[in-house]
Amino acid sequence: MLGLKKSDLRLYLIVLALLIFAPFLLNPFPDTSGLAQFNAGYPDLMQKLIIFGLFAVGFNILFGLTGYLSFGHAAFLGVGSYAGVWMFKLLTMNVVPALIVSTLTAGVFALLIGFISLRRSGIYFSILTLAFAQMSYSLAYSVLTPITGGETGLQLSLDDPRIIGISRTESGNIPVPHFFGLEMNSATTIDFGAWSFTFSAGYYFAAVIFAVAFFLTIRLFRSPFGLMLRAVKSNQSRMSYTGLNSRPYALAAFVISGMYAGLAGGLMVAMDPLAGAERMLWTASGEVVLMTILGGAGTLIGPVLGAGVIAYLESIISTINENVLHQWFGGLPDWAENTLVTVVEPFVGEGWHLTLGAVFMLVVIFLPGGIVQAGRLIARFFRRNRGEVGALSGEPERRPGE
Amino acid sequence: MEAIILQILNGLDKGSAYALIALGLTLIFGTLGVVNFAHGALFMLGAFVAVTMQRVLTLGFVPEGATGTSAGGFSFGTARETPYVEHWFGPEVGGTIIDWAVPISILVAIPVMALIGVAMERGLIRFFYKRPHADQILVTFGLAIVLQEIIKHYYGANPIPTPAPDVFVGSFDFGQVLGFDPYTIMYPYWRLVYFGFAAVVIGGVFAFLQFTTFGMVVRAGMADRETVGLLGIDIDKRFVVMFALAAIVAGMAGVMYTPILSPNYHMGMDFLVLSFVVVVVGGMGSLPGAVAAGFLLGILQSFASMTEVIELIPGINQVVIYLVAIIVLLTRPRGLMGRKGVMEE
Amino acid sequence: MKDRNVSRRGILKVGAATGVTLATPTIFTGAVWADAHTGFTNAPGPDVVTLGFNVPQTGAYADEGADELRAFELAVEHLNGEGDGGMLNTFSEQNLDGSGILGRRVEFVTGDTQTSSDAARSSARSMIERDGAIMISGGSSSGVAIAVQGLCQDAGVIFMAGLTHSNDTTGKDRRANGFRHFFNTEMSGRALAPILSEQFGNDRKAYHLTADYTWGWSQEGSMRTYTEALGWETVNTVLTPVGAGDFSAYLTPVANSGADVLVLNHYGGDMVNSLTQAVQFGLRDLTVNGKDFAIVVPLYSELMAQGAGTAIAGIPGSQNWDWKLENQLGDRYRGTNAFVESFAAKYNRPPSQAAQTCYAQTILYADAVTRAGSFNPCAVVEALEGLEFDGLGNGPTLYRADDHQCFKDVVVVRGKENPENEFDLVEIVNVTTREDATYAPDHPDFQGGELGTCNPGA
Repeated sequence: MLGLKKSDLRLYLIVLALLIFAPFLLNPFPDTSGLAQFNAGYPDLMQKLIIFGLFAVGFNILFGLTGYLSFGHAAFLGVGSYAGVWMFKLLTMNVVPALIVSTLTAGVFALLIGFISLRRSGIYFSILTLAFAQMSYSLAYSVLTPITGGETGLQLSLDDPRIIGISRTESGNIPVPHFFGLEMNSATTIDFGAWSFTFSAGYYFAAVIFAVAFFLTIRLFRSPFGLMLRAVKSNQSRMSYTGLNSRPYALAAFVISGMYAGLAGGLMVAMDPLAGAERMLWTASGEVVLMTILGGAGTLIGPVLGAGVIAYLESIISTINENVLHQWFGGLPDWAENTLVTVVEPFVGEGWHLTLGAVFMLVVIFLPGGIVQAGRLIARFFRRNRGEVGALSGEPERRPGE
Repeated sequence: MEAIILQILNGLDKGSAYALIALGLTLIFGTLGVVNFAHGALFMLGAFVAVTMQRVLTLGFVPEGATGTSAGGFSFGTARETPYVEHWFGPEVGGTIIDWAVPISILVAIPVMALIGVAMERGLIRFFYKRPHADQILVTFGLAIVLQEIIKHYYGANPIPTPAPDVFVGSFDFGQVLGFDPYTIMYPYWRLVYFGFAAVVIGGVFAFLQFTTFGMVVRAGMADRETVGLLGIDIDKRFVVMFALAAIVAGMAGVMYTPILSPNYHMGMDFLVLSFVVVVVGGMGSLPGAVAAGFLLGILQSFASMTEVIELIPGINQVVIYLVAIIVLLTRPRGLMGRKGVMEE
Repeated sequence: MKDRNVSRRGILKVGAATGVTLATPTIFTGAVWADAHTGFTNAPGPDVVTLGFNVPQTGAYADEGADELRAFELAVEHLNGEGDGGMLNTFSEQNLDGSGILGRRVEFVTGDTQTSSDAARSSARSMIERDGAIMISGGSSSGVAIAVQGLCQDAGVIFMAGLTHSNDTTGKDRRANGFRHFFNTEMSGRALAPILSEQFGNDRKAYHLTADYTWGWSQEGSMRTYTEALGWETVNTVLTPVGAGDFSAYLTPVANSGADVLVLNHYGGDMVNSLTQAVQFGLRDLTVNGKDFAIVVPLYSELMAQGAGTAIAGIPGSQNWDWKLENQLGDRYRGTNAFVESFAAKYNRPPSQAAQTCYAQTILYADAVTRAGSFNPCAVVEALEGLEFDGLGNGPTLYRADDHQCFKDVVVVRGKENPENEFDLVEIVNVTTREDATYAPDHPDFQGGELGTCNPGA
């Protein structure tokens, strides 16, 4: 069905189900319980999970398939964001033109950078992409401020010369990005006992885009072109002996992957119409690399999982402060409460970076194939006999790319 | 002319910092084949050895009879403490010891950084020699974050002033030596010390690799690891020493840099990307390349910061390092002195 | 079409006007209807009101963020009637009685701005959407303040800015839902000029090093305007990349440029490094044009003074507030001591100027809600606009209706030569009165934007 083979179709349907039911799945704890802190089912985070998932999926097309490690992918995300906001400012608040232009602009930008960077391979390629991205960031932050908004970021204003649509609403405010009238920040909340679930228009719009993009990714992975890209990774010289020039393939992958990043950037500003220069910084590029490796490079679902884990940690762990901890452990005797708070405190709130670093280390040490490998191990564990717990040290997994 | 000489001095100074960090990074790259994203963290840890040393030396007690200090009519905490060193050795000698905290830290940093290096290699890095570079990046990046968060937890996020000894306060008048007007080319003593120090360390590392048997084996390993292995030499055993050496070089660079840059917990990350660029521009696995690239980029960065240049090309000071990196990599495929096949796959 | 931005505690709101129905809720339970249709985002329930404090917790400004958070916690305590009440006792508006805000207990949530527009907006959004925060406050840079202010405007909540010094916050990028208590570069320029003239005379040549981003340009512009009005000549202005670390390449040309004053328009780590290095390069010991070379840092915080160590000694700068004000300059700055005592009792340290601003903003918000009798942002805006108050440590202060900027005295400080302890790093030189610090609403540096109208959101 849909041109997918059975296992891919199953994966795709699972992903679809997850997307549709995410507002429920991400809000498992009742509002009133102390664990409500861990609920992720609110629009900002749900949108972020989708958008970074999309970004990582696109990155994986380049890195997972061809093995080219770009360290400047955030530049495409940033360019896409800027293009999107400019479309909002100049043309219309409808997100469709903004997303199209974001994707195309990022594609052109990727073509330029890719054409130059792909003249080199390995770490030399990585540093070239890094250099381009860092230059984009530095210039966007300073010299290009009239175009990029500099430190503050590019944002909408009340006197934008919008060709289609209005500069300001009747109530004197800036209009909201919409999809043919469906405003991205509108939401519905359903209460069910102690639970409440938020259904955000922006989230479902992003989810539809993601679903389409993910479908295209599966098709691409399984296509002859995808095979070609894998060949680029496994043995370039052998490929060239057969008379094939690998560069056009790598470049195509680079541009496609840049367009995914641009689309993600466009979606970001569709959800929240401000484009900051920081999203082009090397740390942002590094983040998508980490997301992909953390989840499992070269796998279809891995990057999405990695993006989810990192975005979740950043959003949730950083909001846990000492007060919250005291609330959690309030029922315990004082000494136990204080001990627990002291032990946990460095890892939450302002210490969320520590948790992130520790997760990176633990995952890569114990799960060389990323989070996806954890899934495989669990699956195999259930398939095999109880006695063979040795699965943990089992046969080597298919190696993720480098 | 004076301006140009000054910028050359600035460039040499900046370059020596870049070169020192890149040297350690290349040692690990070249010999161990590990992409070490925690190298910046080692530099930062070195700087915090100096901070800690300063704290330890100024550790004191409240003299009897002293009252709590007050300021602006309020009192906060306890009275001003008398450092133990001043108590033991008298204010004169004790004061001098405290004043010399940074140079003393160099001596302390060597064993401390060696220990950290060995612990890192044995405890973590050695399990990653045969893993893909991506895994190495992830694990060392995680380690770098963990290390810097630990430092932040104990020292806060604010930069901590760590001055050079009083003797080095002030500037050397180059102008007079070179025959220019006096006071036109002044350069701070400490920065000159830093440059000299970098030269000694770089020279030392090269001499060690050039003139010792150990160094010879390591160089052979850098050139062709497999063949060395086939010769029956257990190159892995030498790796731990190389890692410790790289940690020491990074740490000492950090200690000496503290008077120039007040250390804070994320200074390692700030230098990390830059040092990778330096290493790659120099050419993967090439020690002389790393040093040359360090100085080249330092000097070019200094020149790009001149008003005259910025007026000509706005924003050039923001991007010069990356621009040069791109140009070098496009004209010389493997950087300045890189060898074929290293990290090209 | 109306803005809609509904939180978890908000209420059913389908895009009915658009004819698109996302999900048809069939299950309604709980008391959620009770407070429905109150007409604005995150209308609080009968018992609790949630404020959102968005401060840098990671990155270079984490310590400043930590101090802001201390002040917020203290303010919340005082609002809830715990502790000694702090500045509630000295505040000229005596509407707050320790029973929370409008009888609702004050709770707060925190977020990490990471000193980045993106991250700050995202954490502010999650506090609004997930935790139902009705007001967002905090932050330690103008980029973040402007970005979050824009978000709050769109979402329909009040933004009470923390430390933000760029003119744009209440100039080009001002918004009806946003308010700034902190001062700005224009006021710094006005406040510093007379002191600089007194200390260094009117015949000076200045060399500016400026951080290459919006705040830096704003600061440089104001300093140039007011020093040039004194008769100073601007020899050169050089933009330095943010986070340059080593400023040697920018500092060496200064000595031979003929300038006798160096103005460092840097903040945070940049300022600590550029100042330390400028002193290292011996600039402070130079004699140029027969005058002692001087270094000026228009804005610095206590933490920056701490980071710069001995280099800060004698360096003039401006501040929004200092904890020694009341003891040194008398009753005009009533509230200062009450706040410092309260803060020191809890944290054993004096509050920074950022902390004072955050504390004052929280109290001002609570008071405005109480006077308005409603949490509706439009009611709050009305209550704050044109508010003339006193007793929050800054002397008589006006929240100007035209641009939502506070006008009050500006403190001019100098780094102390021999600090007694780690907290006593700056000394007060003088204050520039509110009259002298005030500029007209149509000042050209503040044009290019407008407040618009208040947005109550859903």
